[in-house]
Amino acid sequence: MISAEQIREHVLHARPDAGLELISNLCPSCQDSLLVAAEDAVEVARLLRDDPELRLDYCSNVTGVDWPERPVRTPPGSAPAGQRMRAEVAARPGCFEVVYHLFSMSLKHGPVVLRMRTENRSDRVRLPSLTPIWHSAEFQEREVFDLYGIRFDGHPDLRRLLMWEEFEGHPMRKDYLPPAEDDVREPFAAARNRMVQ
Amino acid sequence: MGRMNCSMDQELQNELSNRGVHVTSLEWIYNWGRSNSIWPMQFGLACCAIEMIATTMARYDLARFGAEVYRPSPRQADLMIVAGTVTKKMAPLVVRLYNQMAEPKYVIAMGACAISGGPFRDGYNVLKGIDLYIPVDVYIPGCPPRPEALLDGIMKLQKKIREQKLLGPDRPRHADREASCDYPVPDYGPNDLIPTCNAYT
Ligand code: SF4
Repeated sequence: MISAEQIREHVLHARPDAGLELISNLCPSCQDSLLVAAEDAVEVARLLRDDPELRLDYCSNVTGVDWPERPVRTPPGSAPAGQRMRAEVAARPGCFEVVYHLFSMSLKHGPVVLRMRTENRSDRVRLPSLTPIWHSAEFQEREVFDLYGIRFDGHPDLRRLLMWEEFEGHPMRKDYLPPAEDDVREPFAAARNRMVQ
Repeated sequence: MGRMNCSMDQELQNELSNRGVHVTSLEWIYNWGRSNSIWPMQFGLACCAIEMIATTMARYDLARFGAEVYRPSPRQADLMIVAGTVTKKMAPLVVRLYNQMAEPKYVIAMGACAISGGPFRDGYNVLKGIDLYIPVDVYIPGCPPRPEALLDGIMKLQKKIREQKLLGPDRPRHADREASCDYPVPDYGPNDLIPTCNAYT
């Protein structure tokens, strides 16, 4: 089993200038992941697939994550004795993230978790499509586009997958509000009442 | 033969019946035939459909009630069992299938989803009950309802059919030439179906 750290070193050995960051996971699952810069993503993905030692030839899962803007508490620095310093609060800008789970069928290892982030949540929401590398990502990237509104450059057929064409908005975004319940039941109840009278 | 609902004297009817002559009303025999050959439409929408399939198989044997002939065409079906989650994307198609069924036709809403949206009621994509668009005759609660519950629902529907009148002011829609059976198919809107329900009577 190759660790995410080893994969990162392996990739950086071949492409020293690739933007590839290790995100460690401190949960019991310890599933570390690799955050790849959008501009290097296709190159890195091709390397992960074709490198004889990695051969990550199967993309099993693609999903999106919505990171709204939120305050991050940084622990207080060294405070002089007897004086309590307040935690510093900085706003972390929001973004969308796509997560790919990769396996190697030929070398029987995985999953390797690959992530990409958009610049923000409003106007810069384009990411490169990895469908040209892993064809199995095609429908799942369409789903991520449908539900999160991330635009994939280079996708062969970027249309909504689950919602209908006329639908507006992206329902898995955290700020999406579904139509209110009253709107549905009110006219129905009125019709029922008319019926009873 | 007391259950043969007709205006003839009961004793005379029994007497004739003992000699092999059955006297009854047209209404009774018509409803008896219909209630024992309810052909459901062959379609399922989610997990409840699996339970519906189990009901038709040997262990629960829906054939005992004459309702095992699932028809793959709405034109040949008498009963629509809405078995499962109706998404907003699927709802117009369900209404269209219902419109394509010939009268007399009945609807069973099977499971929490078909009744009200069930566990997905607060979601953005699930219809909050198929009765918003088409009239439902029998509601079967459960998630999913057990096959016994579906059998019970079919028996309730049989009872309902047997009690329907052919004539008179309270006759059902299919026996009333004037009654409308027009259930508009909703359109896809920017964030919901348009309209959000049918104001049917
Ligand atoms: S009611 Fe329960 S079992 Fe039936 S379709 Fe809905 S979720 Fe599935």
